[in-house]
Amino acid sequence: METAELLAAPERRVALRPPRDSTRSWPLIDRIGYWLCWVTGIGLCVIALAIVLFMFIKGLSFLRPALFVQSPAPSLHQDQAGGFLDPILGTLILTALGTLIAAPTGVAIAAWLTEYGRPSWLARAVESAIEMIAGAPSIVLAIFGLLIFAQGFLGFLSQTASNGSVTGQSFFAAGAIMALLALPLIIGSTREALAQLPDRLREGSWALGKNRATTIRHVLLPAIRPSIASGIVLGMGRIIGDTAIVTILLGATLKTEAVGGAPILGNLRGTGSTLTSYVFANSPAGEGNAHEKAYAAAFVLMLIVLVLNAIVTRLTGDRASAEERRPWRSRLRRVTAWTR
Amino acid sequence: MGHQARQQDRPLDRQLQLDSDPLTAVPSRSLHRARRGTGANPDRRAELTLGALAVALLALIGVMAVTVAINAWPSFSANGLNWFASGGDVDAQLRAMQEGRPLPGHALLYFRAWPLIWGTLLTTLGAVVIALFVSTLAAIFLTEFAPMPVRRVLRPVVRLLAAVPSVVYGLIGILAIAPWIEGLIGNGRRQSVIYVVQLNGANLTTATLILTVMILPIMVAISANALEAVPVSWREGSAALGVNRWRTIWRVSLRTARPAIAAATVLATARALGEAIMLAMVSGGRGFAANPLDGLTFLFEPAQPLAATIVREFGGQSTGPIPHTIYAIAAVLLFSAAMLSLAAWAAKQPLKRYGIRA
Repeated sequence: METAELLAAPERRVALRPPRDSTRSWPLIDRIGYWLCWVTGIGLCVIALAIVLFMFIKGLSFLRPALFVQSPAPSLHQDQAGGFLDPILGTLILTALGTLIAAPTGVAIAAWLTEYGRPSWLARAVESAIEMIAGAPSIVLAIFGLLIFAQGFLGFLSQTASNGSVTGQSFFAAGAIMALLALPLIIGSTREALAQLPDRLREGSWALGKNRATTIRHVLLPAIRPSIASGIVLGMGRIIGDTAIVTILLGATLKTEAVGGAPILGNLRGTGSTLTSYVFANSPAGEGNAHEKAYAAAFVLMLIVLVLNAIVTRLTGDRASAEERRPWRSRLRRVTAWTR
Repeated sequence: MGHQARQQDRPLDRQLQLDSDPLTAVPSRSLHRARRGTGANPDRRAELTLGALAVALLALIGVMAVTVAINAWPSFSANGLNWFASGGDVDAQLRAMQEGRPLPGHALLYFRAWPLIWGTLLTTLGAVVIALFVSTLAAIFLTEFAPMPVRRVLRPVVRLLAAVPSVVYGLIGILAIAPWIEGLIGNGRRQSVIYVVQLNGANLTTATLILTVMILPIMVAISANALEAVPVSWREGSAALGVNRWRTIWRVSLRTARPAIAAATVLATARALGEAIMLAMVSGGRGFAANPLDGLTFLFEPAQPLAATIVREFGGQSTGPIPHTIYAIAAVLLFSAAMLSLAAWAAKQPLKRYGIRA
């Protein structure tokens, strides 16, 4: 008996550590707040799950392989209205075009802002310009783009009607304005990463006789590659998801319509549609009003978004430790290990 | 040169301390400013090239503001400040412009935008107010109470909700939520306003609900970021005084993060204001000023926000009465968005005093 009590004693002492955080001692109002937090948190998950499940169930039940290979056709009968080959291609082309314009520009502007940024009033003005683009409604950007690209001297980028007026609607025009949409995201994530880089990295490069430009190009930018990539992927998501610019600047025509004889250039000068505008046109709000097609296209759209989302999560590494979130740290440690 | 020498005289440990202090983790600019004079020629060229790009972006914004304002001017000058006032059926006015036949007794550009502005205000404010409560609670849950596995799920979920295209939200709204809301409207309610407006599933409630879900993620993300940036020692101090966890969050964390939450709210307002496609799909598409005096029926009355009007009325041409009106609407939206981003910037200023980056 005694030995048993002795053996039990230390166990009791272990139990004396601080009790688990319990809400039982809280006033009622605090407990209500606590439970409200739980309800909203779980509610968010439920909403997201409901959206994804709804789109998957509806999408999968209406998706046919033929939809991927048929061009849309004007027809009253849904059986003959074709699929969404052209919108998928349109989404791909537009995203590629927008990203190609936005990625180099965004990284360059971010590098200028953090690494040079002088005169400082100019840097501040550029910063607020970026804020303004980020805040401007995409529909406003779209009709601004129409004003610009309908100018006569930019006619070579879109279509010139027989009476000499320029339509201003083309893949070029839409791509350029889409780039504007993605720009703030790319600049934001690049700047953030550049500002977090320690000064030692820059100083080490300068000490080796490299100038600022070389330092940026060969030391700083390679160190923040994942952040740039995640900014670009976020920007792509923004481009893929936007409808307003497509309906106004791409014309949202049923098929991809080429202008002129040049094979690729003609397409880029012509109008077309994307998955988003296809969904819009086939929803009850648009002209097509074909639920099945809209659900199927929206499902494909959701799949693309989910994949992009997974890529961003992978790149920023949420559940990873801080070590993994800031790859430059481990790289830096490797580089500077011998100096310590 | 003397400046540079002074820089190097600074004790090394002080430099290190500056760099490693978490509150001032922004890299000290003075260190590289000292070496700027030594820039070689190619370096200067690189700076000018990069700077030129940035200036081009700045110029583009200037051009945007000016061209939109110029094209909006005919509509504003024809209507004066009454542009913002109420007067007549806005749908009829827009139809008159489309057909090129002015309404009797009015100029072709006659336009009274109040029903559209009212619709924008109702949907935006409704969504923002709901989202403010929900997002604050969700952010607290995410940063404080959620067990690790839930937290791991919740973050990607928030990001996913933010990434869903607005047209998908619109599709869900019009095909899934609207029929359900329509079922809530009783026949009596429908009859009571039959001579004024037709009630159906696409109405204020549907639009506000979907808009709330759309702006929630950005608010949750910003608020959660700010709550996480609150120094642990401040909360520990509160806990050491015997304050329970909820009160600590309420009195210390939330109060510190308040500027960020305000900024998030303002940003979300800008997002809601500019949402066009989704609202064009689910708001009812009728330039009707919902009347709060109608009691509960008010919630089921259709609306048409400003941005959605642009989508509906846009016909492809860039000059004429309709485009002038559209550009006037765009100018109003652009101005509001600019003011809102200014407000967001101003709201975030107090955070700098605490040395919190959010």
